[in-house]
Amino acid sequence: MINKYKWYEYILIYAGIALFVAFMLAPFLEAFLVSMRPLSEIFTIPYAFLTDNMSFDAYFDMWRNVPRLHIYIMNSFFIATAVTIIALICVIPAAWGFARFEFKGRDAILGAFLAINMVGGTVLIITLYKLMQKLGFLNTYWAMIIPGAAFSIPTGIWLMRSYLMKIPKSLEEAAWVDGASRLYILRRIILPIAMPGIIVVAIATFIGAYAQQFLFALTFNSQDSLNPLPVGIYQFFGRQEIIWNELMAASLVGILPVLIIYIFLQRYIVAGLTAGAVKE
Amino acid sequence: MNALDGKANYFPYLLLLPALALTLFIVAWPLAETFRLSFTNSSLNPVEEYVGFKNYIKIFGGKFPAVIVRTFYWMFISVTLKMLVGVAGAMLLNCAVPGRNLFRVLIMPPWIVPIAIGVFIWSWMYNGQFGMISGIGQWLGILAGPFEFLAFRNSSFYATIVTDVWVGTPLVTIYLLAAMQSVPGDLHEAAWTDGASRFYRFRRITLPLIMPAVATMGLLSAIWTFNSFDIIWILTEGGPRGSTTTMIIDTYKTAIARNKYGEGAARAVMIVIFLSSFAAFYFYMLTRFAKRAMNNGGETS
Repeated sequence: MINKYKWYEYILIYAGIALFVAFMLAPFLEAFLVSMRPLSEIFTIPYAFLTDNMSFDAYFDMWRNVPRLHIYIMNSFFIATAVTIIALICVIPAAWGFARFEFKGRDAILGAFLAINMVGGTVLIITLYKLMQKLGFLNTYWAMIIPGAAFSIPTGIWLMRSYLMKIPKSLEEAAWVDGASRLYILRRIILPIAMPGIIVVAIATFIGAYAQQFLFALTFNSQDSLNPLPVGIYQFFGRQEIIWNELMAASLVGILPVLIIYIFLQRYIVAGLTAGAVKE
Repeated sequence: MNALDGKANYFPYLLLLPALALTLFIVAWPLAETFRLSFTNSSLNPVEEYVGFKNYIKIFGGKFPAVIVRTFYWMFISVTLKMLVGVAGAMLLNCAVPGRNLFRVLIMPPWIVPIAIGVFIWSWMYNGQFGMISGIGQWLGILAGPFEFLAFRNSSFYATIVTDVWVGTPLVTIYLLAAMQSVPGDLHEAAWTDGASRFYRFRRITLPLIMPAVATMGLLSAIWTFNSFDIIWILTEGGPRGSTTTMIIDTYKTAIARNKYGEGAARAVMIVIFLSSFAAFYFYMLTRFAKRAMNNGGETS
């Protein structure tokens, strides 16, 4: 049949895939191996994958040497959750507006939103810093949440709008004819029907917000108890004696929650990432 | 939805209000303010004066032109590698072999986990004495002895690129894979019945149909790579001796580390100008693809 490969083609395909997967996963494997070694064995020459006395000790000791680790992880979750909620509050009505209503300047405003996507937070860091200072947001959660939410709105609107445009509008029109108010339609018809799309947007926003917690926290926050995981761990890097095994253990524990979320919800995540590749 | 439009034409604007307010406040106003600051001598000093184009003249008389060239060079190599690895990866994962769903799951972690954490691991891997890469290099005989990748100008430049490719490739791959899977199967079957080889089918059916996705992703990837901050900052902070200082890193150092807001803003404005030209090209491409899709829809079944 069309998709039947010859034996040597199988070998080539699997060899290529193995190489590719190895490149993507090698750092995680290395981090795991380092986390298993006692500190004395990490600094061995020549390099060895497996060394003597491997154990999970670092996973217990790290809570003592990185005393706020659990707080960093909770901060990361809290910030990413708050970003997601604020972004959804902005994205859902806006996407409905773009998908269903005709109004002056619609395409121009939508284009402006997309153009924002091109400008990263670093470019605006100077004025954002001054703005956060003026608002008194420096060294608070707000300085990490508000900019994060603002920068995730454009992608959210784009995803949500394309989802809403696929829903036939006859239901909304029928409800309108029956005298339902617009807010009632949004709450009772759009929200339930668009729930799968909303979940995709929410997960994409959450994953993005969890992945990008470095710049704003590094720049706007100097209070350690508010730090998200990346900046919390980053502080340990400038030191003379880096406890590599425990930092690797802490890093792996810190990324475990998102990896678990990813494994269970990967269909939604991939749908969010690839919207636009298929059409438009 | 004309029935819903009714009399109250302000309603759609009401729907946009939260998103617009936050965006104007956090993105549009700071953008305008950055332009204004670039013409001032703003610093920690509370007194701020307009200095005309002095900041621009100063940065273009210094190292900044070299930084611009380096940024484009860094971006060009990184994006090219991401696209090459991404296309190859998507082709492999598109093959109908057992286990392919598992492989698709396995390639995503670099994109899913916090970027900074992935880069922490890389900074260990580049360690010359004890890191994995130097170790394997010596074992294979490529390296004569321990090699500290982040300590030299050339090697740190390429090391930061490799890490950037590692972070960016999963998205490129999964995006192009989705595009390949949307190629109608009957096209392939018809060509196969006519005796077309696999390579021929890829070149004449798959490749032309995924070209819009390749172009879109390439440009988006270029924009993101241009904005890349975390990777370089964590690995090298722009060093050694400026070899990994891109425009973004230069701006951050000037403004945040040295508190020269005016000069930093002038650098930021230059970045915005470059990004705008990318963006303009991106929108031009999107509209062209949309038109072509409409034309094709008209003539084929």
